[in-house]
Amino acid sequence: MKLSNIFSKRNRVLLRELVVTDFKLRYQGSVLGYAWSLLKPLFLFAIMYVVFGVLVKLGTIEHYAVYLLLGIVLWNFFAEATNQGLASIISRGDIIRKISFPRYIIVLSTTISALVNLTLNLVIVVILMVVNGVDIHMSAFMFPLYIIEIYVLGLGLALFLSAINVKYRDTGHIWEIIMQAAFYATPIIYPLSIVIAKSELAAQFLMMNPVAQAIQGARYSLITHDTMTVTTLFNNVWFNLIPLGLVILIFVFGALYFKKNSKYFAESI
Amino acid sequence: MNESNKPVVEVKNIVKSFRIPLEGSNGIKQKLVNLLKGRKGYRTFTPLNDVSFTVNEGDFFGIVGKNGSGKSTLLKTLAGIYSPQSGNVEVHGSLVPFIELGVGFNPELSGRENVYLNGALLGFDKSEIDNMYDEIVKFAELKDFMDERLKNYSSGMQVRLAFSIAIKAKGDILLLDEVLAVGDAAFQQKCFDYFELLKIERKTIILVTHDMGAIKRFCNRAMLIKGGVIEKIGSPDVIAELYTEENIEIVKDSKSTNNKKQKKVSYISATFPHSKKKFKQSDTLSFSVEHNEQINDDIFISVSFSYKGFVFANRNSKYNDMNLQFKNSKTLIFNQPLEDFNSGNYDVHLSLHKSSNDRLLEHKPRVFSFIVTGRDLSRGGPMKIDGDWQLPNS
Repeated sequence: MKLSNIFSKRNRVLLRELVVTDFKLRYQGSVLGYAWSLLKPLFLFAIMYVVFGVLVKLGTIEHYAVYLLLGIVLWNFFAEATNQGLASIISRGDIIRKISFPRYIIVLSTTISALVNLTLNLVIVVILMVVNGVDIHMSAFMFPLYIIEIYVLGLGLALFLSAINVKYRDTGHIWEIIMQAAFYATPIIYPLSIVIAKSELAAQFLMMNPVAQAIQGARYSLITHDTMTVTTLFNNVWFNLIPLGLVILIFVFGALYFKKNSKYFAESI
Repeated sequence: MNESNKPVVEVKNIVKSFRIPLEGSNGIKQKLVNLLKGRKGYRTFTPLNDVSFTVNEGDFFGIVGKNGSGKSTLLKTLAGIYSPQSGNVEVHGSLVPFIELGVGFNPELSGRENVYLNGALLGFDKSEIDNMYDEIVKFAELKDFMDERLKNYSSGMQVRLAFSIAIKAKGDILLLDEVLAVGDAAFQQKCFDYFELLKIERKTIILVTHDMGAIKRFCNRAMLIKGGVIEKIGSPDVIAELYTEENIEIVKDSKSTNNKKQKKVSYISATFPHSKKKFKQSDTLSFSVEHNEQINDDIFISVSFSYKGFVFANRNSKYNDMNLQFKNSKTLIFNQPLEDFNSGNYDVHLSLHKSSNDRLLEHKPRVFSFIVTGRDLSRGGPMKIDGDWQLPNS
């Protein structure tokens, strides 16, 4: 998996074509087509606004509806990257059995598709930020770094999961359960202050999850400085290195595991 | 054709084996059950066992073998799709594999979109495909269909589109697997034309096929593979003959076991005195046919000869004076001098008819198969023709 190969002409062309195909197929046969990419986050926001903005008041964070939407959009990105990535090698079995090319291109293409989808969702988030009168701070420059963090983590997991899924088809079911638990273990629909009220240690532990750290960081940088981040929780910026270290560790492990097993994909699928 | 002997594909001691899971051991549960019961949960299957050969630049190299002999595994290993347990494949130059036409074709996409997708898998970028798009469409004869979805194409249209893209592929070495086996006669002709072109361009080709005609026509070297081991590498004629000979044995075997099971009533039996299957053109093929007296009507026998599945000649005994006595004498003998047969393999078929209305009473297909050897490069097809080339003033 040499870096130079990733950028070889043939692999670039292939990657692009796979992403484009994936996007074309996504809304194939639907009347509204690509518009769904924008309509879905919009409706999600409407639901968030009614449930958490009007009916249930959780905490006192300003712009709570947009705050929620951003969290859910980022979580959905992570979920899509890992879920689609997990199934990607198996579902592309037809070309893997017929043609030789670096197998990671397939996983890369599904995670990039998720990234494209995220970009469209973020367009809606930005529009709603303007509508809701959210102030833009200098910290907004930090936002892309959190996206990169979630992407690298998602890619690392997708590489590992897609490879192990070739051996054990149970992987998809197990991952589904893990993701359900992880959704509630991450402060997405509830503010972290609720956890701190019960136990500060538990809150600190939850924030060591890279997705939680990145989502809270992203909310802090873009929506409101009311957001609890790892830095504010520990009162120490260096604690951010633990979740970041985890991301790098998971990515390296995922990539190595994938590399070791990808030789035998064609015959095992 | 073999002027340059620069090796472009070197295969050294390749061993490839697969673990075939038993009872769908793809899940964790089955894995645990197997572990507890002390079973392996798989059997090992070795389709390639210590295979080594070299293909030189400009070779049209044929690989033949029966189903399950390991030739597809070999091709996939050459293409880099499978990685061997031991040994290695060295390829000097760019290698384009055609394990199948239309890899990655998606039925939900339009013909146009599939051209770009399939092209990308073959290594073309968008601008390259833009440049040859019109040519591809024209060759596939699908101008009016390119914006329709592929699922609305007939299978013939899909193959035509796939083939039109495939022949655009540029590579120093091409791997072709049974591409010939699909499509109608017109399509096969297009394939053959393409092969001729490749031969003229002196590309290096590795072709896996069952068609001995193609092997003899295009290849300059060929290899017979059997049970994962190379049986012989040699000239296409020698290999084609060897392969055909082996297949005759198999057909014969399966026939005799079938007959035992069926116990169908048979009126006639044929006896071939030859112990060999190979004949020279100076030989005479002879056999006798006997009937077992269970018929009361007047009868006659017809013998037909076929070449590559086509019956090209037959002869009946109805208008032969001998036939009047066939009913009583029980036996007829047939002699066929082979001097007018070209080299190739032939099948003999027999049928028994009623004299009064020609009705078929019994048909015995492929009672005998034989090969005629001897090489005359100026002739092809089953029979010698008398016509010949000459200059206008002689």
